[in-house]
Amino acid sequence: MAYLPFLDRSHSIAKPGFSRWMVPPAALCIHLCIGEAYAFSVFNLPMTKLIGISQSASTDWNIPELGWIFSIAIFVLGFSAALFGRWVEEGGPRQAMFTAALCWAGGFIISAIGVYIHNLWVVYIGYGLVGGCGLGLGYISPVSTLIKWFPDRPGMATGMAIMGFGGAAFIAAPLSVWLMGRFTTATHIGVAETFIVLGAIYFVFMMVGAFIVRIPAPGWKPEGYAPPTQASKLITTSDVYVYDALKTPQFWCIWIVLCVNVTAGIGVLGQASAMSQEMFPGRITAVAAAGFIGLASLFNMLGRFFWASASDYIGRKNTYFCFMVLGFLLYCAVPYMGSIGSIVGFVVCFLVIYTMYGGGFATVPAYLRDMFGTRYVGAIHGLLITAWSMAGIFGPVLVNYIRQYNIDHGVPKAQAYNITMYIMAGLFVIGFIANALVKAVDKRYHMKPETDSATAAMRAGAAGQPAGA
Amino acid sequence: MADSNQQTGTTGLQLALAWLFVGIPLTWGVIQTLINAMKLFQ
Repeated sequence: MAYLPFLDRSHSIAKPGFSRWMVPPAALCIHLCIGEAYAFSVFNLPMTKLIGISQSASTDWNIPELGWIFSIAIFVLGFSAALFGRWVEEGGPRQAMFTAALCWAGGFIISAIGVYIHNLWVVYIGYGLVGGCGLGLGYISPVSTLIKWFPDRPGMATGMAIMGFGGAAFIAAPLSVWLMGRFTTATHIGVAETFIVLGAIYFVFMMVGAFIVRIPAPGWKPEGYAPPTQASKLITTSDVYVYDALKTPQFWCIWIVLCVNVTAGIGVLGQASAMSQEMFPGRITAVAAAGFIGLASLFNMLGRFFWASASDYIGRKNTYFCFMVLGFLLYCAVPYMGSIGSIVGFVVCFLVIYTMYGGGFATVPAYLRDMFGTRYVGAIHGLLITAWSMAGIFGPVLVNYIRQYNIDHGVPKAQAYNITMYIMAGLFVIGFIANALVKAVDKRYHMKPETDSATAAMRAGAAGQPAGA
Repeated sequence: MADSNQQTGTTGLQLALAWLFVGIPLTWGVIQTLINAMKLFQ
């Protein structure tokens, strides 16, 4: 970005004395904003009454139409992360964070216009398309920077940032509800104004992150840290070029593992309220179910930090083994808990599952770094995020459609989820096999040190971009 | 602003401010969530 030179990679190289502990807050500034996407459902009901005010009018939007806003955003997240991953990696984190802030805040402003003129397509374009690009860029932008600052604890570092994504809804949901309350009158629902205020707040917050962030100087390493000179069994000391990673079986094995883990979590997360009430009719009320969802979200967030940090000690592959084995056992146990009426057992099973759902997201960047090196880890992570987009379709379909099929065929609601739970457990078997197949990447995919810079420069030059520092 | 920060090392105050900037809203959100979660046990 020649017109804004302070955003360039070269202008964000840390000087001696810069503390690497400034980088996690910078990353959190981004993830605490874009994670708002998980709380977008708080707008659904108010947006069905924009014209009718007290109740939906015939010209008001309905819930299925509004559901597409989130779906488009998540799909674009994966797509933009894959498409712009290399640009993020080579241009540096600051310009990526700046662009993410523009897209994310811009998405809210465009959506506010869409709400004001009552045109849902404008909201789709605003929050879904433009905001979705902000999601994708923002999600991957701090990851490789953190990995470079914390070569001794990459799991913990990325876990902290991605924990922010999981925790953002805690802030966004009550804040959005409070703002809507302030702007709503007897004749008007204050969604558009809330979007504008949120856009402004998020832009400022994300810009703070963009200004704080630094990349380490070439050759920098933490005090007392001796980088391994030889590759261990599953941690490489070499780098793999972003598009060469796609040619390796390791990338696709990890893609399957992530897809399985997210599919299992995202499906039940979206249906948790109804599922808990239907499995324990009369014992778990709507209010208690809301409490269960809150607790589940908290464990989802904590799992991101816990499992990613633990992976620094037990290894990435072993961490995913835990997810797959525990996930299998817990999903098999849920129908049993329902049959004996154990609410405590049911809640405990799902809280552990939610820690692993979050942990899967947070541990995967470090897994990629172990396999493909640090050079293009952000871009490779961007490509891997497509697994999330796919899981976003598989998960809810598995849970919702199988439940409906069972109910339509006379299965009591309390047992309507049993088959889904066993299918989820089966998915974990597939994930277990995929994880077991992950071996060290073949040396032929490694970038050669002597041609490293030249090749990257040539490839980047062909795309009209600098090769980066 | 960005470059001026790079002239000297990071101070403890800068570190504290950066962490408070993200920590306060996150803590507030977690407390709100915990209050709601307590309804599960009522």
